[in-house]
Amino acid sequence: MKIAVCIKRTPDTETRVRIAADGVSLDETGVKFILNPYDEFAVEEALQRKEKAGSGEVVAIALGPDAAQETIRSALAMGADRGVLLKADKVPADALAVAKALAAELRDGGYDLILFGKMAVDDYNHAAGPMVAQLLGLPCVTAISKLELEGGKGVAEREIEGGVEVVEFALPAVLTAEKGLNTPRYPALKGIMAAKKKPVETRPAALGPARVVVSALALPPERKAGRIVGEGLDAVPELVRLLRTEAKVL
Amino acid sequence: MANVLAVTEQRDGVLRKTSHEVVWAARQLADAMGGKVDALVLGAPGVGAAAATLGEVGADRVLVAESAAFGKYAPDGYAATAAAGAKVGGYAAVLVAATATGKDLAPRIAAALDAPLATDITAVGFAGGKLTATRPVYAGRAIQQVAFDAPVAVVSVRPNTFVPGKAGKPGVVEKVQAMEVARVVVREVKAAAQGRLDVAEASVVVSGGRGMKGPEHFALIEGLAKAFGNAAVGASRAVVDAGWRPHAEQVGQTGKTVSPQLYVAVGISGAIQHLAGMKTAKVIVAINKDKDAPIFQVADYGIVGDLFEIVPRLTEEIAKARTG
Repeated sequence: MKIAVCIKRTPDTETRVRIAADGVSLDETGVKFILNPYDEFAVEEALQRKEKAGSGEVVAIALGPDAAQETIRSALAMGADRGVLLKADKVPADALAVAKALAAELRDGGYDLILFGKMAVDDYNHAAGPMVAQLLGLPCVTAISKLELEGGKGVAEREIEGGVEVVEFALPAVLTAEKGLNTPRYPALKGIMAAKKKPVETRPAALGPARVVVSALALPPERKAGRIVGEGLDAVPELVRLLRTEAKVL
Repeated sequence: MANVLAVTEQRDGVLRKTSHEVVWAARQLADAMGGKVDALVLGAPGVGAAAATLGEVGADRVLVAESAAFGKYAPDGYAATAAAGAKVGGYAAVLVAATATGKDLAPRIAAALDAPLATDITAVGFAGGKLTATRPVYAGRAIQQVAFDAPVAVVSVRPNTFVPGKAGKPGVVEKVQAMEVARVVVREVKAAAQGRLDVAEASVVVSGGRGMKGPEHFALIEGLAKAFGNAAVGASRAVVDAGWRPHAEQVGQTGKTVSPQLYVAVGISGAIQHLAGMKTAKVIVAINKDKDAPIFQVADYGIVGDLFEIVPRLTEEIAKARTG
């Protein structure tokens, strides 16, 4: 089974956001970058599927700057076989531009399965996976929390508001991973050492013009300082009164 | 052309609340551009009956695509139908709600239309001849403004952001061709407990954290949620990681981002990644025994004390206040 996992280098989720001098991007000074947490589920799923099939290849593909090599190494350390870096100075805010570059790489790759995290924790787009599927004309199920594959056919479950959709599809397909799909493994020291020797090809990302242009990035307005209504049971009637008369939410 | 297409969502033939929000958002945008609003309803035969109400929130026309294959969500068919409609309708924007379905559908429509996309937007406008949008990024820790350099763009609208008013014009209902493409098929929808609202779309969310001390005590949270009417139950990451509650209920950076009218945090200290998921709530209430907990810095109203005492009393008082 030949599996592609599309991954992204993102700031750590505990990052304190500061705005860069250009006013449109994140100040990356001192920011720790990680493999996008949702992509860890995608990598894990790819590894498990290959192990189950008994043979195959897992290719980790990232679009980004040179530093995204490290992100690819993280996936290789988990067990992916090789990496591809589609080099771009910056990941554009235009998700479709990114998807087109990924689709160009994936189109003739002969992949049975193309996996993504359901979204990246920086831009929150939820878009690259289903866009790539649309561009390649492949079946796609997003944000899956359960997957069964058998004889070229699959059944996946995805959470929707107040329920779970059970979705059928045939391979090759594009799937995006929700948290809880599996438990991502920690790379063992052996894996980390082996990752250094695994091949990573680099080529320029086939990016067209970005049609989503970021005109400003700002910190959100601060909430006004909170207020402690009181301590213990005695504060309850006052809270209810405030919710009713001041906040008007009852 | 400056018209706007609002793609709505139904379940079991009933339009979802976010459908009215997305049509209302489309109305505001179309008014700013001097255009018209078409609302697209996709569903099983007969779904058109639900469609007329969309005129009240701003649709000039309601386009109904009925197909036996459209009862449940049909990703490829819905996307193809919306894209085909958008190609001939002369739209400047296609709006979709950023629900579980909308997050899946909007990118497909954008790719099919070769149009740029902005997801989970909290404002959309028209400036200098270009469509613009505002959206939270980095889990709400920064706000991004974008402009589209294209004749048509797709945006998904964050639930609970646009509160529909009355447009008061009846919408004309027209049938349109349903495109029956299906590369994947939704075989069934396993419903969660009846009537339970999702944290992402409920207007009141009551969440419990580690202070609950164990899964068995979440009955307290459920009781309080019930007292508010139809509030959703949420949970912190610690609680979900411990297996006390399902991931669907997790609020925060690796869970859901919510913007309800009221958010009640019970026994939640307020880790940065939790705050990221709920800071845009209109009103925040916190109950915690530690007066220095970070949650109190964002809470409009806080009570310091033992939640096992306070929550039962609060539940009683809320129920009284709502019925009295």
